[in-house]
Amino acid sequence: METYLGEKQQASQWSPYINNGGSCLAVAGDDFAVIASDTRMSLGYSIKTRYSTKYLKITEKCSIVSSGMQADIFTLHKVLKSRAQIYEQKHGKPMSTDAVAKLVSRLLYYRRFFPYYTFNIVAGIDDEGVGCVFSYDAIGTLERVKYSASGSGSSLIEPVLDNQVALKNRNDIKKEDFKLTKEYAIDLVKDAITSAGERDIYTGDFVEISVIDINGTHEEKFELRFD
Amino acid sequence: MFRTQYDSDISIYSPEGRLYQIEYAMQAVAQGSTALGLKSKTHAVVVTLMRSSDELSSHQRKIFKVDGHMGIAISGLTADARVLLKFMRNETLHHKFVYGSNLPTGEVVSSLAMKSQRNTQRWGRRPYGVGLLVIGYDGDKTHLYQTSPSGNCFSYYAQAIGSRSQSARTYLEKNFKAFPELGLEELVLHGVKALKESSGKETLTKLNVGIAVVGKEQKFEILKPNKVQTYLDQILQTEGEIEIENENENEKDEEAETLELKLD
Repeated sequence: METYLGEKQQASQWSPYINNGGSCLAVAGDDFAVIASDTRMSLGYSIKTRYSTKYLKITEKCSIVSSGMQADIFTLHKVLKSRAQIYEQKHGKPMSTDAVAKLVSRLLYYRRFFPYYTFNIVAGIDDEGVGCVFSYDAIGTLERVKYSASGSGSSLIEPVLDNQVALKNRNDIKKEDFKLTKEYAIDLVKDAITSAGERDIYTGDFVEISVIDINGTHEEKFELRFD
Repeated sequence: MFRTQYDSDISIYSPEGRLYQIEYAMQAVAQGSTALGLKSKTHAVVVTLMRSSDELSSHQRKIFKVDGHMGIAISGLTADARVLLKFMRNETLHHKFVYGSNLPTGEVVSSLAMKSQRNTQRWGRRPYGVGLLVIGYDGDKTHLYQTSPSGNCFSYYAQAIGSRSQSARTYLEKNFKAFPELGLEELVLHGVKALKESSGKETLTKLNVGIAVVGKEQKFEILKPNKVQTYLDQILQTEGEIEIENENENEKDEEAETLELKLD
């Protein structure tokens, strides 16, 4: 910021936002979706806690993971949980994944001029039983994709998913010959986030991974590096 | 004779110190079909008789979920019940959002009692013409409360409200000492037997009997018609009556499901 004499101001302005780090990702298959996030919460170069959840199961068919500022993640998840219950009470059935996706987008845009510092991924099964992943920016831009990663490790994870799920820049295998199975996707997600934990200092401690299919949601936890 | 002088407005006492309008409102509750509730140490159950005004219409739902740990059975003016239900749902959801825990049943009922009383002492308002049986599980205990248009609320071991409820109440009074130690199945059976006492000429079928349960490790759940039928069968078996028809079973089940969705 420059004054009229052309000098630069030294003091930095107070910001309401902080980044607590962490990585999230999700992959969609033909009839399932896999969604995962780490649980480390950092501030600067310190770890605040090794377990702070970034994951929320909204319905049996749909979950969300968010990275960014933990306070906003916590609040957004609280609001989402309440809204899902209100919907269910009003309509007599749980929200569909498409409805959740739209709702998240609207909730985020509602705060267009003081956004939630959250980078969300919604994943689940759509009305036809096909796996889906929705990725967002901080103000609710919505896109349905086959896979997505967000957070501090996203730049490490996204290229891996590009190569292993979308088969980009592969010379050894053709798209027609490749079928994304559940076991392959689970292993891939585990490996991707583990690899991110190797190089990204903000990713580590524990991972919450869950697999969503027509039978419901199966949740698991495993350890990453603690360094 | 004296009643007509002192019952034209909610704000008029009778010489005996009664507010007739409130008592008339309680009559509205007594006109509704039977709803009863009972509890053990681990579970609380409500059983209701769902009327249908004629053959063409669906059966009036009487059981509603308030939250995962709480639900209600109603008797009286359904429209008024809907308002109170919305209020209860709002209170429980708000508490969950702010404090992250389930709102204790007793607290909702107290708020409800306050709300009901307000309508007995305000210009232009009338008492809610509905009585609720609230069942819930929180703080490691089961709860059963009755609320009434007067704004009074009491906790019960077992209670029945609505038309012909005295017969059900008599049954419950005879058997309630055994309730605390019972398992869920036996508790529901008692509930259905009590309902049978006040069903009069109406035959109990899976379409007109509503059952809901809540308890330890049991979220509030309204039982599906097929499950209701299993309890009815047990009652029928013990009385050696006719067997069920399996022919139209699936059709009726679908019909009952759509009914559940539309009425609320």
